[in-house]
Amino acid sequence: MSFFHNFWQLTVDGLSTGSLYAVIALGYTLVYGVLQLINFAHSEVFMFGGFAGIFAVRGVAPGGASGWTSVGLIFWGLLCGALAGGLAAFVLERTAYAPLRRRGAPKLAYLISAIGASYFAFNLAGKEFGRQNVNGPTLYDDRSVLFHVFSASIRIRTVLIFGVAIVMLVLLDRLVNATRLGKAIRAVAQDADTASLMGINVGRVIVLTFVVGGLLAGAGGFLYAQVFSASYTMGFLPGIKAFTAAVLGGIGNVRGAMLGGVVLGVIESYGGDLLGGNYVDVVAFLVLVLVLLFRPSGLLGERLGRAA
Amino acid sequence: MSAASPEAGGRGSMLGSAFKWKPAKGDAGRLLACVLLSLVFAVVTGPDGTGDDPLRGIKGSLHVRAVYFVLGGLVLWVLLVAGRVFVPLLRRPRSQLTSLTNRALEPRWAKPLLCLILLAFAIWYPRTISNAAQNSLVSDVAIYALLGLGLNVVVGFAGLLDLGYIAFYAIGAYTTAYFTSKTAIPWHAPFVWNPFFLFPVALIAAAIAGVILGGPTLRLRGDYLAIVTLGFGEIVQLLAKNAQGITNGSRGAFGVPPLSVNLFGLKYKWGLSALPYYYLILGIIVLVMLAFNALNRSRTGRALAAIREDEIAAEAMGVPTLKYKLIAFAIGASVSGFAGVIFATKQFFDPSSFSFQASILVLTVVIFGGMGSIFGVVLGAVVLQGLLFNLRGTVPDADRYIYFGAVIMLMMVFRPQGLLPSRRRSREIAMSEAGLGHADSTMSGRS
Repeated sequence: MSFFHNFWQLTVDGLSTGSLYAVIALGYTLVYGVLQLINFAHSEVFMFGGFAGIFAVRGVAPGGASGWTSVGLIFWGLLCGALAGGLAAFVLERTAYAPLRRRGAPKLAYLISAIGASYFAFNLAGKEFGRQNVNGPTLYDDRSVLFHVFSASIRIRTVLIFGVAIVMLVLLDRLVNATRLGKAIRAVAQDADTASLMGINVGRVIVLTFVVGGLLAGAGGFLYAQVFSASYTMGFLPGIKAFTAAVLGGIGNVRGAMLGGVVLGVIESYGGDLLGGNYVDVVAFLVLVLVLLFRPSGLLGERLGRAA
Repeated sequence: MSAASPEAGGRGSMLGSAFKWKPAKGDAGRLLACVLLSLVFAVVTGPDGTGDDPLRGIKGSLHVRAVYFVLGGLVLWVLLVAGRVFVPLLRRPRSQLTSLTNRALEPRWAKPLLCLILLAFAIWYPRTISNAAQNSLVSDVAIYALLGLGLNVVVGFAGLLDLGYIAFYAIGAYTTAYFTSKTAIPWHAPFVWNPFFLFPVALIAAAIAGVILGGPTLRLRGDYLAIVTLGFGEIVQLLAKNAQGITNGSRGAFGVPPLSVNLFGLKYKWGLSALPYYYLILGIIVLVMLAFNALNRSRTGRALAAIREDEIAAEAMGVPTLKYKLIAFAIGASVSGFAGVIFATKQFFDPSSFSFQASILVLTVVIFGGMGSIFGVVLGAVVLQGLLFNLRGTVPDADRYIYFGAVIMLMMVFRPQGLLPSRRRSREIAMSEAGLGHADSTMSGRS
C-alpha cells in the first residue's frame, strides 16, 4: 500500500539518482568502447572532482549563499569539479595505462594497474583531505519543496541533479555523434588499427576519451558532494553502481549507459522501498546479474561505433 | 629502456661511442617524470591535511623536504640515463636455447632440494618472530596464500576473471558457524559438529555455490563474468550484513569453537596462539600446492591452458570448454570455502572481512606473484602482505595503502608477468607484447 502511495516520489528520486549514475557510467562506457577495458580507477576521478568542486565553492563563499549567487557558485563548482576530474583522468591515463599500452601488455595487467592506481589515489585523498566527510557550504534550503508532480514533491536537489545531468548527457551525445573528436572516438572503438591507418592518432584519441569521461565524472562528483558530502571513499559505491549501469545498458554504448543509469536508479528506488533500505544495493546487483543472464549484451547492445 | 634497443644491436660500435652521452628522445620526458615523482613522494610522506584546510598537507611538504626529494629525483634521472648507455654493454645476449640447455643440465634433485630448504625455512622462521607478526602471518599471509592458490586455478589456469572470489570464503565461514555452534549466529543447525567435519562440508557447499553461479554465467564473455562475480560477491556480503536474523548482521559471528582433534588417543586443541594454526595452514598449503601442480600437468590442466590461450581454438579441438571452466570454478570456490573454515575457527569474524577489497586483494596476490605459477602466488602473498605488515611501524597506519597501490602499479608497469611467472605465462605475455595473441582469454572479447 505504501509503495503505491509513494510511487511517484520513488520514481522521481530514482530518476534523479539514476541520472547521476548515468553521468558516471559514461566514463566507463567511453573507455570501454575505445580500449575494451574496465577503467577501475574511474571512481577516484569522480572523488577528486567532488573534492575540487567543494573546495572551490568554499574558497569563494565560505559562509554559503542564496539566490542567483548560489546558481553562479554551482556553476563554478561544476566547472572546477569537471576540470579536476579531467586532470585526474589525464594523469591516470598517463601513469597507469599509457606505459602498459606502449608495451602491449595483456589486459589483466591493465586491470591490476588501475586497481593499484585506485588504491593509491583514494588513500592519498584520505591523507590530504582528511578522513572525515567534508560538506560544502549551504547554497539552498534543502527542505523547501519547489512544486509537485503527481504526488511527488520536487526539491531543489532533485532539479539540480536531474537538470545538470540532462544537460551533460545531451552535450556528450552531441560530442560523440556530431563532432570530429566524436567521430574519431567511434572509429577507434570500431577498429583501432584501421582508424590509425586512416590517419587518426589513436593514442591521442584514447587520452581525450579519458579526459571527456573525467570531465563528466568530475562534475558528477561535485553534484554528489554538494548534495551529500565529499569523502575519500565516496567514489566506491557510485562507481560500482555506475559500472553496473553501463553494463546494464550495454557497455560501450553511450545511449545505453544513459538508459542503464536511469533504469538502475529507478529500480533501486522501488526495490529499496519494497525490501527495506538495507537492501537497496542487493537489488541493484541482483538486477545486474539477472540482466546479464538473460540479455548479456545489455539493454541496447554493446557498440560505441553503433551508438548513433 | 625502449630507447636503448636500437643501439643494442651493434655491440662492437657501441664500445667506441659508449661514453659519449647522446640525448635520446625520451630523456626530457624522463626528467619531467622523475621530478614529478619526487614531488609526489614529498607529498605522500609529508604531514596530513584536513578537510578544513586541504592544502595544509601539501604546503607542509613543499618547503625544505621537496628540495631533497627533487634532488633524489634528479639522481634517479641521471641513473636512468646512465643505465640507458651502460646496460646494453653489460647485458650478454641470451637466447632461448641457452636457457633450455641450462635447464637440461640442471641436476634432477635441484628443484626438490630447493623446495625442501624453503619448507624448512617456512617451518623454522615463524618461531623467531614476534606475536603480532605470527598473528599476521596466519590471518594475512597464510590464509591469503591459500585463497590465492584457489583463485589461481580460476584466473591463472583457466584465465577467467573472478572479482567476487571472497564470497565463497564467506560461505565457508558462515557454514562453519551454522554447523559448529548454537550461539555464534542466530540461525544454526539442530546439532553441533566438530569443526573438522566442516572441511568437507564447506568444501562441497562452496563448490556447489560455485557451480550454481558458474553454470549460467560461464557462458558469458570474460569481462561480463567478472562483473557478475563482482555482483555476486557484493550480494553475499550485503546479505551477511543485513540478514540479522540469520547471520547476526554486522555484529558478526562470535564463539565458533576452535579446531580440536580427539582421535585414536590423539588429543589436541588449537587455542588462541597463532603458531599451531600456522602449521596447520602450512600443511594444507603444501598439500594444495602438490595437488595443483599435478592438476596443472594433467589433462584438465592442459585443457584449461588451451581455454586460456584461445577459447575458440580449444573448442574447435574438441575441448568441452564449459565443462572445464566449471571444473576450474568449482575447484577455486572449494579452496576458498576450505579457507573460510579455518578463518571461522581461528577468530571472530564479521561481514567486513568479506568485502570487495578483500576479493581484490586476493586477485592482486595472484597477479603480483605471477599468474598461473603456484610458487609465485605464495610468494605474492608473502611479499604483499609482508609489505603491508612492515609498513605498519614505519608509516602512519592509514597511509599504508598508498604505498601498496603504488607498488602494484609499478609492478604492472615494469613486470606485468609478476614476481615469479610460470614459464607458459611468460611466453604468452612475450607473444602478446609482440602482437601475437592476447595472453588472457578473460579479456579478449573483441579487439
